Amino acid sequence: MIYISRRTDAPLKKAVAIKAFAILLSLVVCALVLFVMTRLNPLDIYIAMFKGSLSTQRKFWALLQNTAILLCISLAVTPAFKMKFWNLGAEGQVLIGALVSATFMFYIQDSWPSWLLILVMLVASVAAGLIWAGIPGYFKARFGTNETLFTLMMNYVAIQLVKFCIAVWVPNGSSVMGVLNRQTQCGWIPSLFGQKYLINILIVALLTVLMYIYLKYSKQGYEISVVGESEKTARYIGINVKKVILRTACISGAIGGLAGFLLCAGTGHTVSATLAGGNGFTAVLVSWLAKFNPFGMILTSLLIVFLQKGSGEIAQAFRLSDNISDVTTGIILFFIIGSEFFINYKIHLRRK
Amino acid sequence: MKKFLMICLVALVAVSAFAGGSKEQAAAEGEFAKIKIGFIFLHDPASSTYDNNFYQAALQTQKALGLSDSQVIFKWNVEEGAPCYETACDMADAGCNIVFADSFGHETYMIQAAREYPNVQFCHATGTKSRTEGVPNFHNAFASIYEGRFLAGIAAGMKINEMIAAGKFTADKAKIGYIGAYPYAEVISGFTSFFLGARYVCPTATMEVTYTNSWFDIAKEKTGAETLINDGCIFISQHADSEGAPKACEEKGVPNVAYNVSTINLGPNTALISSKINWAPYYEMIIKAVAKGETFATDWCGTVDTGSVELTELNEKIAAKGTKEALQQAMADLKSGKLHVFDTKAFTVGGKHLTEYLADVIDKGDFQPETNVIVNGVFIESGEQFRSAPYFDMLIDGVKKYE
Repeated sequence: MIYISRRTDAPLKKAVAIKAFAILLSLVVCALVLFVMTRLNPLDIYIAMFKGSLSTQRKFWALLQNTAILLCISLAVTPAFKMKFWNLGAEGQVLIGALVSATFMFYIQDSWPSWLLILVMLVASVAAGLIWAGIPGYFKARFGTNETLFTLMMNYVAIQLVKFCIAVWVPNGSSVMGVLNRQTQCGWIPSLFGQKYLINILIVALLTVLMYIYLKYSKQGYEISVVGESEKTARYIGINVKKVILRTACISGAIGGLAGFLLCAGTGHTVSATLAGGNGFTAVLVSWLAKFNPFGMILTSLLIVFLQKGSGEIAQAFRLSDNISDVTTGIILFFIIGSEFFINYKIHLRRK
Repeated sequence: MKKFLMICLVALVAVSAFAGGSKEQAAAEGEFAKIKIGFIFLHDPASSTYDNNFYQAALQTQKALGLSDSQVIFKWNVEEGAPCYETACDMADAGCNIVFADSFGHETYMIQAAREYPNVQFCHATGTKSRTEGVPNFHNAFASIYEGRFLAGIAAGMKINEMIAAGKFTADKAKIGYIGAYPYAEVISGFTSFFLGARYVCPTATMEVTYTNSWFDIAKEKTGAETLINDGCIFISQHADSEGAPKACEEKGVPNVAYNVSTINLGPNTALISSKINWAPYYEMIIKAVAKGETFATDWCGTVDTGSVELTELNEKIAAKGTKEALQQAMADLKSGKLHVFDTKAFTVGGKHLTEYLADVIDKGDFQPETNVIVNGVFIESGEQFRSAPYFDMLIDGVKKYE
């Protein structure tokens, strides 16, 4: 009756059409589910969803800011994943970067000029993230250890380190750091044109372009894709696989550390064990959905943040539990991921 | 393909039409017409008794003052970080004149938002910084919950006396177990006042405390209760937010006292009573003040008198005879000032009665104690005089940590 064949030649137009159709279909299913569960008008719910990120200027900037952070972490995991180095440690690399930034803010306070402090924090955070991914990278290159587990475990080390530092710094035992340097604002990334997140956004935008060029046009980017496709081929054509693995893991971690710096110096001015908020894992989804294309990742990360913000707004506007909005986000993502199948495979109906 | 698309669209429109237009809430009229208040919660009230306590009080206040749903907005699961600041600002943008946050860690983010919106009142429960931060539209609030715990302790002590009289154990074996969240002042002040209440009626009582290092951990609280019971505790109380301990007590048949919610439904044969903070009086006070354009306390502390500190329903089935009357008497004595929970004559630290104690009341972020809080032989715990958030952080004689 039905048989399925693989295709790799789906024209872009068709692929876009399939995706758009999947999103539309997911909205219909969501509408039905929401209506059955809450008896609310689905149109009102969708309007609220847009209000979540577009109703005020602040919300719009918050949308861009959160997208920038998620995108930054996605850029971090991309080279590693492209090389089939399963870096599940972005969460920890971000955290350790933020922790190092926070450490400087906590001990230096305002005894250095702000620009110097920011610069030192930047370098130190990037270095910390680099080391955090470099350790499993080294073990993978040198001893062939499993990087999936290793990077995952490094997350927990980072989380415990953060908890430990906070316990030492905040002796009242409340385990909450609070905003650092909130009076002097020393070490805070300054506002640009009155927008305090603009510098964050510009840094990530620049990084996106650089990552695209790096992966697509540089020799190192080429090496990454060859090692990812087949290590044996890479070795055969004379690529130093160990070096590429270590270098790529370090780049991945360094960008994670940068995201941590942006979160601490440019966003919350604090550190907490939940600072990365699962973005280290969401980033994998973002990266994969965009097929490791940095420009595609702008769209996928924007979509995910938009859905998150919209869900929060729905819960608030209709006094629903947050869980219901997780359901809708889940349905929408399910359809988008599912649509990949119809892009990569063709379904034939055999007629009698 | 196109046909299918059409069907989907039609379905979407049909469902929308069927669901009908949105129900517009009539805006409240009269004195509170201009009020809009936003609530920021750390967790979901469905899973956290702590947040639920704030939520229920908000609903109660909304009803009492006749506010519409659009005048009272809620945001749940707001982390103690930048999301708190963003949410507080969003609420101010949405026209709220009051924004309230319920968790200790929200404080610095509320201050950050308060600086940006000087015409909006930012209120924060359990915090310590409003007196020192110099941001006039930022407020702290708490309640003298130690009074409530003291009263619950009296109910516990009477139950213990009854068990001693019934020959279940001898007076020297009257050991209470306490499951605390973190080893800091709010918790220590809580179990000390509870213990002093119990000892007020049962002088031989001792207490053993274990910490879970979490505000909400059902499994840890349950095993904590079981460990203490196995260690010989004949009564259990808790300062953590899950139902773990009351459930363990019901299984083991050990009477217990809970916090914030009545647990009689969880343990009909063992749950005695709970003390709780009722936030409705505070909410009403701030809403009324803002509606009239008046200023209100920078650092507010509710008491038994304001209706902020309450006891939940007493489980008459298991309570000792005369408990109700004794609680009424003690409450009257607390109100009149005849009885003080932290009377220095009632407890010793390291074998000595205190005459002076420096507490870190002024929160400059240095964690250095600087203020003597013992006045006329009484340790003045949270109140308007020094600070609303608790600062009693000593382990008194008779209480020890479970090791």
